[in-house]
Amino acid sequence: MIAPRIRRGMPQRYRYEAGKCKKCGKVFFPPRLICSACQSREFETIRLNRLGKVLTYTIIRVPPSQFKDEAPYAMGVVELEGGGRITAQIVDCDFDDVNIGMPVKIEFRRIQAEGESGVIGYGYKCVPA
Amino acid sequence: MRDVAVIGVGMQKWGELWEKSLRDIFVESALLAIEDAGVDKIDSMIIGCMSSGLFVGQEHIGSLLADYLGAAPVPATRVETACASGGAAFRMGFIEVASGLSDIVLVGGVEKMTDVGGDEATYALGTAADQEYEGFNGITFPGLYAMMARRHMHEHGTTREQLAMVAVKNHENGSKNPLAQFPMKITVEQVLNSVMVADPLRILDCSPITDGAAAAILCSLETARKIKSNRLIRVAGSGQATDTIAFHDRDDLTALKSTAVAANMAYRMAGKKPSDIDLAEVHDCFTIAEICITEALGFAERGRGGKFVESGDTRIGGKIPVNASGGLKSKGHPVGATGIAQIIEVVHQLREEAGERQVKGARVGLTQNMGGSGGSAVVHILEAL
Repeated sequence: MIAPRIRRGMPQRYRYEAGKCKKCGKVFFPPRLICSACQSREFETIRLNRLGKVLTYTIIRVPPSQFKDEAPYAMGVVELEGGGRITAQIVDCDFDDVNIGMPVKIEFRRIQAEGESGVIGYGYKCVPA
Repeated sequence: MRDVAVIGVGMQKWGELWEKSLRDIFVESALLAIEDAGVDKIDSMIIGCMSSGLFVGQEHIGSLLADYLGAAPVPATRVETACASGGAAFRMGFIEVASGLSDIVLVGGVEKMTDVGGDEATYALGTAADQEYEGFNGITFPGLYAMMARRHMHEHGTTREQLAMVAVKNHENGSKNPLAQFPMKITVEQVLNSVMVADPLRILDCSPITDGAAAAILCSLETARKIKSNRLIRVAGSGQATDTIAFHDRDDLTALKSTAVAANMAYRMAGKKPSDIDLAEVHDCFTIAEICITEALGFAERGRGGKFVESGDTRIGGKIPVNASGGLKSKGHPVGATGIAQIIEVVHQLREEAGERQVKGARVGLTQNMGGSGGSAVVHILEAL
């Protein structure tokens, strides 16, 4: 049963909803119930800024089973403007164009067909900004 | 809290053990440990195993292994902290004996990884990352450590060659370990020309997929003295810590905070500092990991781990030999068994029975076992009495 999980993830994967701690301002993606920085339990729901920068990256050449047909592909850790970090694929560019500090933006894309049922999971990938 | 001793260890050659099942490889090692300890009973068993469920479709291995060891009805529990499961099992056994609840505890680790194919194994190992926010998007463990390496190179000027030197050193050591899965020597050129897995990490930067088990017997120092008069090894310090499950959530992408915290706990308990350590067995799941770990343990300055390996200080005969056993890289990495195998190497070294790879005069040894991209870490300090 992966449908409930996919549905549960929609606010994050479709709308990039994050939690911003009302006390210390730290941004959590996905949202949490308690702030790991100041222990506050009060958050406001924000949407991640779609613009960010690559902090580090790699090219995956040996993928996990669900991404067998897609390798090689680039992935990076991206820090978004206004807070929040993601690990995402970096697409629509040559591998040589991917570097630390590269400006990128989040786009809504198909990520993978999950499990035996093959339910398509959508989410975010990054493209050059 | 009572003093605790390691009085027996057991391990057989690791590799692709297609003829043997998970229960068989575990029982073989456990029997060797019991024999080495010279005990006629155990009070309890703690087994580290990351994912018998995904690798062989079997959960509930506490019961399975106690049964097949002929030890039932003793209590037997599996503990899991991803690739640090063996270290965590050792710590739980240590706590159980130190508390006085049990007197003799068998701590073991096991993983049977080659019953599935390579991409399924990559998937199973990947579950140690944040499945919904890292794994879902296609990252792998080589990928996570590759990003750690890329950032370390960017911030600290660590070179591709320095990464390779970790693998070369560990294979050199492993060539002297009859139990190692890949006991062949390799060169820097071979590492740099091996197949790319996740840039900049190549296949010879990565620890292998391995079937294997390892076991040790812990007991109170008081009981140990009744059984053995010499070669006693005391557990001097134990530490365990956590960090963010997702690699991307670390403020500093190249600092292994859980390792630093666990090490400080263990150093404090043992009353030791990094310069007191005669040898260390650390979690070189990827070459970059060993570089970051030597920094987190306080052996190398922050950012200087690459230069530290290049200096030769971590070779056998150097200032602080790291991974005399061959490490995960050459010895193999059956994830749940690794933490116990690290303890076994330190025990052999402190008993001065490590043969060709003996670190001369070793009295104090450290083990560092890590889960995920550093979400869990377990550190132990053992001392020869």
